[in-house]
This record gives sequence, structure tokens and C-alpha cells, in this order.
Amino acid sequence: MITIKNTFSKIYICIVFLFLYFPIGTLIAFSFNASKSRAVWSGFTLHWYKTLFADGETLKAIQNTFIIASTASILATIIGTAAAIGILKLTKWPRKIIMNITNLPMVNPEIVTGISFMLLFTIIQKSTGLLEQGILTLIISHTTFCLPYVILSVLPKLRQVNFSIYEAALDLGCTPFRAFVKVVLRDIMPGIITGAIMAFTLSIDDFVVSYFTSGATQTLSISIYSMSKRSISPEINALSSILFLLILALLLVVNFRKSEEAPKEIS
Amino acid sequence: MKKRIVLSPYLVWSTIFIIAPVSLIFIFAFRDIDGNFSLSNLKNVFMYSDVFLSSLSLSIMATLACLIIGYPTAYLISRTNPKTQKLLIALIAMPMWLNFLLKTYAWMTILEDNGIINNLLFYLGLQKLKIINTQGAVVFGMVYNFITYMILPIYSVLIKTDKHIIEAAQDLGANQNKIFFKITLPLSIPGIISGVSMVFVPSVSTFILSRMLGGGTSLLIGDVIDIQFLGSVYNPWLGSAISLILMLLIFLCMAIINFFDNSKAEKEIAAF
Repeated sequence: MITIKNTFSKIYICIVFLFLYFPIGTLIAFSFNASKSRAVWSGFTLHWYKTLFADGETLKAIQNTFIIASTASILATIIGTAAAIGILKLTKWPRKIIMNITNLPMVNPEIVTGISFMLLFTIIQKSTGLLEQGILTLIISHTTFCLPYVILSVLPKLRQVNFSIYEAALDLGCTPFRAFVKVVLRDIMPGIITGAIMAFTLSIDDFVVSYFTSGATQTLSISIYSMSKRSISPEINALSSILFLLILALLLVVNFRKSEEAPKEIS
Repeated sequence: MKKRIVLSPYLVWSTIFIIAPVSLIFIFAFRDIDGNFSLSNLKNVFMYSDVFLSSLSLSIMATLACLIIGYPTAYLISRTNPKTQKLLIALIAMPMWLNFLLKTYAWMTILEDNGIINNLLFYLGLQKLKIINTQGAVVFGMVYNFITYMILPIYSVLIKTDKHIIEAAQDLGANQNKIFFKITLPLSIPGIISGVSMVFVPSVSTFILSRMLGGGTSLLIGDVIDIQFLGSVYNPWLGSAISLILMLLIFLCMAIINFFDNSKAEKEIAAF
């Protein structure tokens, strides 16, 4: 393989990375800023990290965000994995139709998905009094936009499953459920985990769909948005620095898992 | 029998929460306040044709900028050794996982009139620049937020390029430029196409970004839709009509893009 020999290309890559990380660096740096100003540096402090954990509203928003993300990603993973198994066995036309429906939330602009949910929830609430906009509607909408990502990461793994092994297990007296868990589920696990992690991060990160379906409930993105109209407290900088490190750790774990899995697949 | 059982939760879910909401947009777009059939909403969308035009032109600029910056990045990364590649790609994807409002807010800090860049220019004794609250800043924000979607698909196509074709071309005496323009670039077109659509769709439908970085200098389609639903005027009928047109516009663009993709692919197959 050719390494980057050319200094020009090295400089180019550096500039791109500078562009990508400059705002993130600023964000983290100003989480240690002594004054509330977001442009003038006035000394180092850990004050914002302390107040972050004393601020009830922000903590509530964090709690909501995690409740929604974990519930939505678990729901999406279960429904999506089952759907992928069903889709695999379908004949051509039903499969094409279902895949097009599955792709719809991915192709549609987020804002259109957001307002379409808002219309649905308003109508259901007006006619039945159920589904007041809040955590429940957030969970439903997040599950829905996470589903395609789960399905699309499980399907390719399912195609690689050797179903003769599953049949062999049945022949050798395994119950269908046990054979499924021991053979199929074990093979598609990496896909399921990737899908679940993707769903979780998408849900935590989401702003647009939440904005239209949250009602009065505060999630992290929503409270950042309402703060950004006035001024964002450095507490949020502190929080996002923590989140950034968490996500970095999560990504490293995922990468680490991938490199561990590779030899297994060969054997 | 079994496949029906595992598929049914998803079928129920997608009927209620994917198909029904999208159908509601159609229904609302063709109704007036009293619930009668009406085309007036669709007619009123034309009042916003300049908003559509400015959204389109800004997002086309952003998409082109992403392509011009992103392609060389993907290309250069694909030429490094596999270990470096893995690291660089992880680093490229990393900022994607940080809330976009926060990143945009950080850019406000950097770009504003008394922000980091202007302070720096001031210390260097240079003229301050007017960056924030311009259309350029909105395009800049789009490029920053969506460039990853351009780099990743192009990169994944580039690393799959058959090395033997390049070696064959080298053996037959083609120089670096010729190899790039005759082999690498044409073979990476599928990546460019998915990159272009992945950047264009979120750019054209973005909202908030124009308010944060553009200071309201230019309303975009997303902002207009937002105003109809959660803004000063509650008019979901007009909002649905605008969303419907936006959806159709995007599907049209995707169809055009895919048309080029298919004809290219067929030609390539025919050439072999």
C-alpha cells in the first residue's frame, strides 16, 4: 500500500480535520472557562461540571433522553430483527413493497417525518384522548425512525446464515426455538448489536423529530435548542464534553469488537 | 406460517407509524380548515417559490462544496495503509455523533462579530470580517454538518476498486492522471451519487441552521414548514402542502440522480 508521501496531501487532510474538530475543541475548551462568556477566555475552572450535576432540569432532560433512547432502541431492535427474519423469507414483490416502506423514513427529510408524526398524534389525541405528546410519543417516533437502520444492519447478516446448520440442529433433535437461538441468532448477533447501537446513538442525537413530537417534555436536544435562543450555559459544554468522551469510548469498543470478530468468522 | 408471525408486529407498526402519518400529509395538503377538498393550499405554496429557490440554490452550493472538499479527502484516505485508514475514517465519522445544535452553536462562537476568528484577526491587526448572519454562513454550516455523508460513501466505493484494473493500466503505460480520470473517477461514481443525495436531502430540508448562522437573512423551506406547525401561525394544511411539494421535489431529484446512476452502470457492464 502507498503511504501518504506527498506533504501536500498531508496538509490537506490536516486542514479537513482542523475544520471538523475546531468547533468541538472550542466546545470542550469553553467548558473549562471561568466566565459565562462563550468567546472570551478568563481562566480555568471545573465549576460547570459541578453545577451540571446539581441542575435538576438538565438532569431531568438527560434522564428523559436516556429513557427514550434505551426504550426506543430495544423496541426497534426486537421488532426490526423479527421483521428482518420475516422479510428474508418473503417472495420478490411483497419484499420489494416492504423494503420501500422501510426506506421511507430514511429517504424522507427529517422535518417531514417530524410533522407527519405531529399530525398523527394530534389527530389520535383529539379523537380518542390518548397519546398526549410526551415521553410515549417520543418513544414511538424514535422507534420508528430507528427501525430501518436495525433492519438494514440485520438483513445482510441473515443472508450469510447457513440454514443447513439450522436444519441439521432440528434433525438432531433440537427444538426449533433452541436451534434458532443457538444457530441463527448467534450468527446474526453482530448485526443486531450494530443496529441497536446505531438506534441508540440516533435517538440520543435526534433533534428534528423530537422537536415536533415532544410536547412539553424536555430532552437534551430540546433543552439545548431552547437555551440556544438565549445563551447556552457552559454546563451544556461540560455535558457535551462528557458525552463526546462516552461516544468515543463506545466507538472504540465497537471497533475493538469488529477486529475480534474477524478471526471467528474464518474459523 | 412462522414468517407471518415474526413479520406481523412490524407490519402493524409500519402501517400505523409510517404509512398513516405520510398519508395524513397528503390528506391535509388537499383540505381546507373545514375539512373540504381544496386546492388552495397547493396554490398558496407558490407564494413561497422564492424560499424554495433559495433553499435549492444554497443546498446545491453546499452539496458541490462537500463534493469538492470531500472527494479528495476520501481519495487521499483510501491511499493510506489499512491501519491509518481505519483510524482516519473513525475520526471522520466521530463528529457526526455530536449533537448538531451544539456544533452549530460552537461555530456561532467562532464566527460571530466578536468571535474567535475576528478576535484573532484583530490581534493580527487585520480587518474584521462579516461572517455570521450571511447566506455564506448557512452554506458553511450545511457543509460542516453533512460533509461526512459525502466522504464515507465515496471512500467505501474507492477502497472496493479492483486494484488489478489499475495495475493493468499501469502495465499498459497509463500515467497517474490518466488512471485517475479513466478508472478511479468513473468507478467511484456510485459513491459520488449516494454522497450527493445524502448531503442534498438534509441540506434542502434543514431548519434552525439558517436561524442560528444566517440570522434570518434567508428563510429556508424547513423554517417555513416549522412556522406553519409550531410558529406564530398554526396552519397545518399549508404546512402539509409545502411538505408534500418538498417530498415530491426530493423524490424527483433522487429519480434524476438514480437515472444517471443506472445508465452509467449499464454502460459499464456493456463495456466489459
